[in-house]
Amino acid sequence: MAKFTRGFTGHGRGGDNRLPPGQYDTGGDWPVLTAEATPRISTDTWTFAIEGLVEQPVTWTWEEMQALPHATYEGAIHCVTTWSKFGMTFTGASVDALLDVARPRPEATHVLAFSHTGYTTNLPLADVTGDKAWVAWEVDGEPLAADHGGPARLLVPHLYFWKSAKWVAGLRLLDHDEPGFWEQNGYHDRGDPWLEQRYQGD
Amino acid sequence: MPTSWQAATIVAITDETARAKTFRLRLEDPTPHLAGQHYVIRLTAPDGYTASRSYSIASAPDPSGLSGDEREFTVERLDGGEVSTFLHEVAEPGDELEVRGPLGGWFVWDGTTPALLVGGGSGVVPLMSMLRLSRRSATTDLVRLVVSVRSPDDLLYASELPGPDVTVVHTRRGPAGAARPPGRLMAADLPPWRGGTAYVCGSAGFANAATDLLLAAGVPAAAIRVERFGPTG
Repeated sequence: MAKFTRGFTGHGRGGDNRLPPGQYDTGGDWPVLTAEATPRISTDTWTFAIEGLVEQPVTWTWEEMQALPHATYEGAIHCVTTWSKFGMTFTGASVDALLDVARPRPEATHVLAFSHTGYTTNLPLADVTGDKAWVAWEVDGEPLAADHGGPARLLVPHLYFWKSAKWVAGLRLLDHDEPGFWEQNGYHDRGDPWLEQRYQGD
Repeated sequence: MPTSWQAATIVAITDETARAKTFRLRLEDPTPHLAGQHYVIRLTAPDGYTASRSYSIASAPDPSGLSGDEREFTVERLDGGEVSTFLHEVAEPGDELEVRGPLGGWFVWDGTTPALLVGGGSGVVPLMSMLRLSRRSATTDLVRLVVSVRSPDDLLYASELPGPDVTVVHTRRGPAGAARPPGRLMAADLPPWRGGTAYVCGSAGFANAATDLLLAAGVPAAAIRVERFGPTG
């Protein structure tokens, strides 16, 4: 196999060590990639639940969620289709704060995030705790658009962005890993962009 | 593993439109694919820098017309697109690339159920694999394809597409004598829903507009599968 591609030097790079391997900076664009029709979900009926292996299953309405202390993430997001986007500001509620209310049981090791559309994605519990994950409803000061998962999406920016479930409806705590939608379709169970865990087997 | 990197040699490059070319690649380790799946194509610079993008397979799973180890990919040149401009301007037959696939288990059609395909611009590429599969199955009539393009000059596979199973919609300029005035895709452009699955592929704007039309026409949301592409170069 060729060690390099004839004639290719690469003009897309900026010597940028903020970029995980195989990613490029999309700049001002925020591409939309979704496998489903974009749903229109009203905040009147939107809910977010934490269920499964918790001491206290909890469901928040939109108003209840908004009343929680707001938390902010500033930084990059990385999509498995090879774009990264820098300098984003998301506002929402910290998943830590939500889990503090629901209180995970000791045997809980993983979560399955689920959406109002039926979309699911799996994550180790450790990847949504410790100030690493949010339920986000605002981006750069504006309400999150439906195309980008509004009214609210999960935000787990240290993993590939398909883990940040759009139109999120809740987290189910489990004592095992249960592959979600893309994970059943060949994508990696964890999805760390710095380890380039794109597909099963990476 | 079907998802490990392998070498692929460019066998032929053909112009589809002024902005799109079809690349026929011979794979070192060809795994059969499903219509709608894609490969990742990776380029590597002498210093190890890599750039990779996903491209849909245009050829049918049944490799009729191609050798069994060949696959076709149609690539639209995007302004500033690192991989697409390289493929258009530098790559030549005989060059070796790295590829990985076939990938994707969702936006696929197995050839056994009715399928309504709606593509915008180069979004027709994975749908072409489905149409080709359908047309090679002489006993079935399962596929209807609607393609939306700005003008006749932007239509991929222009000589192969025409048939009773295909509708071409022009948004800016139609061919001379066309009965339908140019304009965005409308409900009246869509064939009747016959059940099965609707596959929508195109830009985010096109995909949203097309799925809204399908939903308004009574197609259940659960029957709609969407592949959107952004400026992923």
